[in-house]
Amino acid sequence: MSWTRFLRRRRWDRERSRELDSYLQMETDDNLARGMAPEAARAAAFRKLGNPTFIREEIYHMNTIGFLETLWQDLRYAVRLLRLNPGFTLVAILSLALGIGANTAMFQLLDTLGLRTLPVRNPGQLAIVNIANRKTICCVFNTRYAHLTTTLWEHIRDRQQAFSGMAAWGGYLFNLSVGGELHLAQTLMVSGDFFPLLGVPPAQGRLLTAADDQRGCSVPSAVLSDAFWQRRFGGQPGAIGNTLTLEGHTFQIVGVTPPRFFGLEVGRNFEVAIPLCAEPLVQGPDTLMDKPWGWWLAAVGRLKPGWTVERASAHLRALSAGIFEETVPSRFDGELAKAYRAQVLTALPGAQGYSDLRTDVGDALRILLAITALVLLIACANLANLMLARASAREREIAIRLAVGASRGRLIRQLLAESLLLSGAGALAGIWIAATLNGRLVSFFGNRYGAAYLDLSPDWRILGFTAALAILTSIFFGLAPALRATHTSPGSAMKASSRGITTGRERFGLRRALVVTQVALSLVLLVGALLFVRSFRNLVSIDPGFRQDGILEADMDFSRLKLSAPAIRDSEAGLLRRVQAIPGVRSAAGITIMPLSGSAWAKDVTVGSNKASTRFVRITPRYFGTMRTAIVAGRDFDDRDSATAPKVAIVNQSFVHQFLDSGNPVGRIFRTATGDKDELVTYEVAGVVSDSKYLSIREAFSPEVYLPTSQDPEPGNYLPLVIHSNVSPSALIPALKRTFAEIHPQLGYEFHSFRDEVRETLQREQLMATLSGFFGVLATLLAMIGLYGVMSYMVARRKNEIGIRLALGAARAQVIRLVLGEAALLLGIGLAAGCFLALLAAQAAGALLFGLKPRDPATLAVSMALLAAVAAAAAWFPARRAANLDPTAALREE
Amino acid sequence: MLQGTLDLLILRTLSAAPAHGHTIAHAIEHGSDDVLQVEHGSLYPALHRLEDRGWIASFWGTSDNNRKARYYRLTKSGREQLSEQTNRWEELVRAIGRILKPSEQ
Repeated sequence: MSWTRFLRRRRWDRERSRELDSYLQMETDDNLARGMAPEAARAAAFRKLGNPTFIREEIYHMNTIGFLETLWQDLRYAVRLLRLNPGFTLVAILSLALGIGANTAMFQLLDTLGLRTLPVRNPGQLAIVNIANRKTICCVFNTRYAHLTTTLWEHIRDRQQAFSGMAAWGGYLFNLSVGGELHLAQTLMVSGDFFPLLGVPPAQGRLLTAADDQRGCSVPSAVLSDAFWQRRFGGQPGAIGNTLTLEGHTFQIVGVTPPRFFGLEVGRNFEVAIPLCAEPLVQGPDTLMDKPWGWWLAAVGRLKPGWTVERASAHLRALSAGIFEETVPSRFDGELAKAYRAQVLTALPGAQGYSDLRTDVGDALRILLAITALVLLIACANLANLMLARASAREREIAIRLAVGASRGRLIRQLLAESLLLSGAGALAGIWIAATLNGRLVSFFGNRYGAAYLDLSPDWRILGFTAALAILTSIFFGLAPALRATHTSPGSAMKASSRGITTGRERFGLRRALVVTQVALSLVLLVGALLFVRSFRNLVSIDPGFRQDGILEADMDFSRLKLSAPAIRDSEAGLLRRVQAIPGVRSAAGITIMPLSGSAWAKDVTVGSNKASTRFVRITPRYFGTMRTAIVAGRDFDDRDSATAPKVAIVNQSFVHQFLDSGNPVGRIFRTATGDKDELVTYEVAGVVSDSKYLSIREAFSPEVYLPTSQDPEPGNYLPLVIHSNVSPSALIPALKRTFAEIHPQLGYEFHSFRDEVRETLQREQLMATLSGFFGVLATLLAMIGLYGVMSYMVARRKNEIGIRLALGAARAQVIRLVLGEAALLLGIGLAAGCFLALLAAQAAGALLFGLKPRDPATLAVSMALLAAVAAAAAWFPARRAANLDPTAALREE
Repeated sequence: MLQGTLDLLILRTLSAAPAHGHTIAHAIEHGSDDVLQVEHGSLYPALHRLEDRGWIASFWGTSDNNRKARYYRLTKSGREQLSEQTNRWEELVRAIGRILKPSEQ
């Protein structure tokens, strides 16, 4: 047997045919020569040779690869059969496509987030350097991975022996525009060794090197990501040598990175990369470059040959004491310095880069993958049920084929070919569904700090996963029916279908078991869906302590105005007056840290002997009115609270509860170090407001202090405004833009709808609620199709018996009860099993729930009631059909 | 006929000169004084098998009475097969002979 022969077996067959013809002719010639009549001569030649077709077949079989040959036949036969049943085929492919597609989508997200390595040279050699026992140590944290200060980074780089090279980076959002609305670019600040260390080649021009990263660089170089280059410069090579502006400073574009390179953060892409030396330039007075208490860098190293992450970690641990001792910031007092010195460095595997998104949604995705796996399982059970029904309809055909000598294996293979074809088509459609779904999901993950980015190009792992899924599902829903169908003895099968014999319970058992499984799994999914939906509703409907609707957020940027501190305070006040005068604006105020933005400012507060960390924020007058946060005692800030007036604060009720529990809180004092210096300042409580959420909706209320911006000794260049109005944002924004431009053309700004911003902090919960809700409904639907199918089949099978019952005087209600009783039994067993499974599974979802327990009895009860109601509807139709049977017709039919 | 002997007979027939199926069938019959009756049809699968193993090769030619015919010839490895199988056959015959007529030994 050889492949060439196999592929050319038809040609070979023609060849043999000619050869046999030539034999027949010669033999006929010989016979004629012996004097036979022409007819007899030819007949004798045939006798001598034997059956030519049989000989050709024998040779054909020698040439063929039996398995492939029959597989091809089986597939063609299956296609013909499926085309005869377009309804069944459509339902089957659709449910499989949804099941496989959803699984592929979830797996792909998990794969790109958690399994893939970075697209850089030898990612396995990379290690992330971080502080192992990280506590919030003073003072400023500027990036998402603010692991190190400049001083620490330089000390580690110069001291370590574990890595052949190290690089540092920090991710920022910098403004590209030179006036008016902000255009923020995801910017990577990287040390000169960054690209050489990662081994990323330039796609255009050159990338940054150590020569670009020299302290005090004045017109630094910039490298663009491929996506940004395409978007902004249309992919023109002419972009290289051009300049771009970041925060008003000019950068020279020197090159473009390859399309697949997105930086070191999985879940995000960068747009511009600039050298670390540009930090003082773009950050201006906020620079952290020479501040030993400013955390903004993350560091990676490439392990020397023979070094493992563990060994590097031990090495760094040994260096820690020395490095932290030498770098203690002079302003740190006793306790802070002690905490600083106690820090320990560690190395972590870096092959998969950094990812907040992984930590944020990893658990949610794993639960969703489990949910989609259950959906697929239910779809399979459903299909197995349909296949069983089809198999019993084809019982006679199969019996005949067995009787005339088809082998059982061959028939099973043929039935399996049918399921393989269905799951293959389902998988193809599923890949399309997965691609569509993931495109939307990734855009869902974005937040106020930029869009999410995942490289979703399919790789061998995804394709392998989908293919394996297709094959497994086809075996799962195809094998049992195939085994069952071919198990019959031909004789009894033919007798059974010709005479009206009721089929035994045993044959029917498998289908009941499948329905019970479907009901049980659907209940699990329904409970999960309800839990996530209710949890999301809890989060959305909770009162966070401030107004969410009708608030437009305008993030103001004064940096290009280059104002002194008093001038910034004055222009803020002037700006707010102008904004408030715009028609439709009811009230406007400023706040240095937007609620739920994810940023925080915490300080120790001392009242008598009571000392604890407390959250701070600075606001302008009228903030509470704008955000509808109630002032429960005392007063709001106003013009009295000037820079020179006594320092005042407004505290929330949690603060009062923690520090000022006895007596009237208004007029009491507390002390804290709020400035850049660490001296304690005394504040007088001017008012008390109701509690509101600070970091996230999910957290409990905590003590919070509001200070007036007018008393800020070092006002920042950046101030978000909250504007409450009764007109739509689209109507308000043009008016605001005009006003801002009138005040100063260099004033920068960016608009957000506060409601959307709050919703984005709940995206994980919304994702879980939406998807689990969808899958829960889908699962219920599939289970109901299954139940309906089994009940209809049962009625059809027992037509004869029901006909006799009716003929003998059974009431129609009794027949209905008979069928519904059967359905209720299946439902009951399914619900009991599902209840047990749901209680087990709900535990896994516990961490993702808000405001309810995973084993919430109400949720369980509602799910069961819902499922029972839908099941009753699904069983009602077959029951009605049974009750309306015409006994004479039913009996005659057999 | 005994399993495997047909292969041996075909190889032996072809060792003299290339021949086509018809000739081979008749040669075996005549050579054995019509003792060995080959079913001519069974010859072709055997030829196919031998060619598959590379012991014989085939080509289209013209027969004595001007008919197109597929000719077979022995290859080098076929020739080796022939002598090997002949030896094995003779051994077999001697062994069976010893059992059937022990007195003659």
